[in-house]
Amino acid sequence: MTIELLRFSTAGSVDDGKSTLIGRLLYDTKSLFEDQIEAVERASARRGDEYVDLALLTDGLKAEREQKITIDVAYRYFATPKRKFIIADTPGHIQYTRNMVTGASTAELAIVLIDARNGVLTQSKRHGFLATLLRIPHLVIAVNKMDLVDYNEEIYNRIVQEYTEFAAKLEAQDITYIPISALMGDNVVEKSVQMPWYDGPTLLHHLEYVNVGASNNHVDFRYPVQYVLRPNQNFRGFAGQIASGRIRPKEEIVVFPSGLESTIKTVVTAESNLNEAIAGDSVVLTLEDEIDISRGDMIVRKGNLPQKSNEIDATICWMSETPFNANGMYWVQHTTRTVRAFISKLNYKIDVDTMHREDTKTLQLNDIGRVQLTTTEPLFYDRYALNRATGSFILIDPTTNNTVAAGMIRGRSLQVSDLTEGDAETARPKSTNVVWEAGSLMMEKREQLKGHKGAILWFTGLSGSGKSTIANKLEEKLYAENVHTLFLDGDNMRHGLNGDLGFSAADRQENIRRVAEVAKLGLTHGNVVLCSFISPYARDRAFARSLAPDGRFFEIFVKVDIEVAKRRDPKGLYAKALSGEIKEFTGISAPYEEPHQPELVVETDIDSVDAIVEKIVGMLQSQGIISPKS
Amino acid sequence: MNTFIRSHLKQLESEAIYIMREVAAQFERPVLLFSGGKDSIVMVHLAYKAFYPAPIPFPLLHVDTGHNFAETLTFRDRLVEKIGARLIVRYVQDSINQGRVVEETGPYASRNALQTVTLLDALKEFKFEAAIGGARRDEEKARAKERFFSHRDAFGQWDPKNQRPEVWNLFNGKKQPKESFRVFPISNWTELDVWMYIKQEKIALPSLYFSHKRDIVKRDGVLLAFADGIVYPVENETVDNMVIRFRTIGDMTCTGAVESEASTIDDIIEEVASARITERGARADDKRSEAAMEERKRQGYF
Repeated sequence: MTIELLRFSTAGSVDDGKSTLIGRLLYDTKSLFEDQIEAVERASARRGDEYVDLALLTDGLKAEREQKITIDVAYRYFATPKRKFIIADTPGHIQYTRNMVTGASTAELAIVLIDARNGVLTQSKRHGFLATLLRIPHLVIAVNKMDLVDYNEEIYNRIVQEYTEFAAKLEAQDITYIPISALMGDNVVEKSVQMPWYDGPTLLHHLEYVNVGASNNHVDFRYPVQYVLRPNQNFRGFAGQIASGRIRPKEEIVVFPSGLESTIKTVVTAESNLNEAIAGDSVVLTLEDEIDISRGDMIVRKGNLPQKSNEIDATICWMSETPFNANGMYWVQHTTRTVRAFISKLNYKIDVDTMHREDTKTLQLNDIGRVQLTTTEPLFYDRYALNRATGSFILIDPTTNNTVAAGMIRGRSLQVSDLTEGDAETARPKSTNVVWEAGSLMMEKREQLKGHKGAILWFTGLSGSGKSTIANKLEEKLYAENVHTLFLDGDNMRHGLNGDLGFSAADRQENIRRVAEVAKLGLTHGNVVLCSFISPYARDRAFARSLAPDGRFFEIFVKVDIEVAKRRDPKGLYAKALSGEIKEFTGISAPYEEPHQPELVVETDIDSVDAIVEKIVGMLQSQGIISPKS
Repeated sequence: MNTFIRSHLKQLESEAIYIMREVAAQFERPVLLFSGGKDSIVMVHLAYKAFYPAPIPFPLLHVDTGHNFAETLTFRDRLVEKIGARLIVRYVQDSINQGRVVEETGPYASRNALQTVTLLDALKEFKFEAAIGGARRDEEKARAKERFFSHRDAFGQWDPKNQRPEVWNLFNGKKQPKESFRVFPISNWTELDVWMYIKQEKIALPSLYFSHKRDIVKRDGVLLAFADGIVYPVENETVDNMVIRFRTIGDMTCTGAVESEASTIDDIIEEVASARITERGARADDKRSEAAMEERKRQGYF
């Protein structure tokens, strides 16, 4: 039978019992030897401990043992007949983020330990956030020390519920909860007799059966060339490890950066030539044509190309004691390629405890920031979310040669509005006075095809005023009339395209600019675009209007009394804003500029939604956007 | 069979090959350290596979304490000839003659610690920038935090506080002139993995690893091979003819045997899988103090 490999990381704070859990896994799977146990007994006795401290098995270095803390990632191994396990044991003190990122970078599963007595702490959330940021596909929340809460089901359920609510905000793909006692061995390897109410798997059972390899990208063939082999005139092979996808002889390929094309001749290994190689295999490729290829080049399949850019939008974790230097040059090591780069923009840093974005001028050890990287030569990459191997990089300080940051590529960088310098006014798009470029033939043709005209309906108003409710209802109505629509609102835009933006005036402006551009595209393709945004600033709405031709932009002011909106508070936002939990909340702590000359004003505390929808439909008919009832 | 997932041995092999190639690509003058033990024999096998059909692009370096088993040296020479690798040998005896080190005297004398000086001198002599070793993280607690690419200062010393983070499979081999790296491609392997791999790849090993009869001196619970003038009984110790095998092979003065009837690879795998004592547990040098290994590593030991 084939033994599979699972790499996982463990995260927990000093007293969560992480080392004890690992000791327990090693002990109960009989991965420990007599002399190791004796050594731990000797050390425990010398320190005056009353019991044999399983944690001592995993605390490696002398300095750490003296201070009783672990300060670096340690790797442990154990195996069952089914799987071999590599544990990246990441310590939980102040350098936590750096270590967690290191341990998580190669892991397929993360165990987050929660002390049942303490419940969900800030750090338990931090662990989950980082595991998700690093795209570890499986998360296990091990609620430990159940023995100290009398194996109480209620306490366990409360923790599960609280963490589940929190995790809804993460893009975690798979979360499993297990109540355990590492000290007593409950539900670690053996099923607990103390917790008959729990009918899920033990931790080890889960580790043995969780799907492995799910996170590998099996589709996009990417082959960073490591080393060129030329033993003689007749052989020229390119050694490397397949980063993702698969490859066979006779398949057509493209080489970057040259862009030259060829065909795979052979897939060579020392045993034999292969019919197919897959992600993770170290092989040698030979090509039909003699083209110049060297280390750092990337071979990909024709028709399935990586992104190319020298402006990279990335999330980085700062790993050096020396803070980030805004004017400094760094080496970027990406796949087998190393190029020079500088950080051209620092957008914000993320508080790993609250997941909030903060303005910052620098990044310190353990900070996580969103940056724009400008490289001297373009990188050939995929987004980290799609491909861990071609979406990751490290930054190296050329003066010390130290690895100072680990980075995850989000994509080609956009002109993110500048949060760190200048005020909103100077950061305005240069094209404020852009006027509609008239006469798009295609637009006319598309409108003919659709049987109605394109338009932008811009719903503006306070949070809770009813913008999206109206827009939703209107869209249903238009759909029934065979009108093609595009619906944009704060929720769908801020989750994706505008996921990098916060709620400062500058970010709100950038948010609206992007929305307006998307709306314009929808319009030119002949759609009725419904935009539902608070959009509190008149100048931002004016910008959106400037992108559309006359007669095609309808500003609809959804008016409501703020007291009514507060009472409605469908998302609980007003309550949070009033308590100060949310800053810069429109109507409470940030301004709302009422439209002076909107095309339509509707009042949701007076008229019904249906009546308002009728009113809007009537306006679209009278303005010639859609034909009167056919 | 799931065609998307390789066996753990295949993945470990692929990782080791990847690292060997990174070393060859990132450094001008790497070297593979060869001790004669099974781990370094596996390393040579991996290096052969990493660069096939080209020859291994770096030489092998063996530091000979002068107290090696004869079988080790015979095996070494045959292996090197078979795969066409380049071998460099440096002798602890030369370091002693040059006054670089002072030899311990008496019946407990070991040259094990002296190897470090000979090794560092040899690295300097050839200006080797990266020395590839077969150490594994499961061998000893201090190694659990060792990097694949372990940075050494200009004096060949290891500073546990100043090691570079290793994320994903991006290994940073940049360095100042005079600094160097130790690289450990089989860091993630366990003893059992090594044996299973030896079986899978049908790798030949010196006969010392298999059960045989030998004259043994029992010292502090460690079974040492009797060797005239090097390891011999003192005080109440006796020489007994026992059925043993070696789990590691190094300097005769500190390589302990285990009583064993395991005479085939399968026997050994079974024995290792149910073993009650770690490999290094049979080595006298680690028992000196709890932090013994860490101290030696700081000084440049492998």
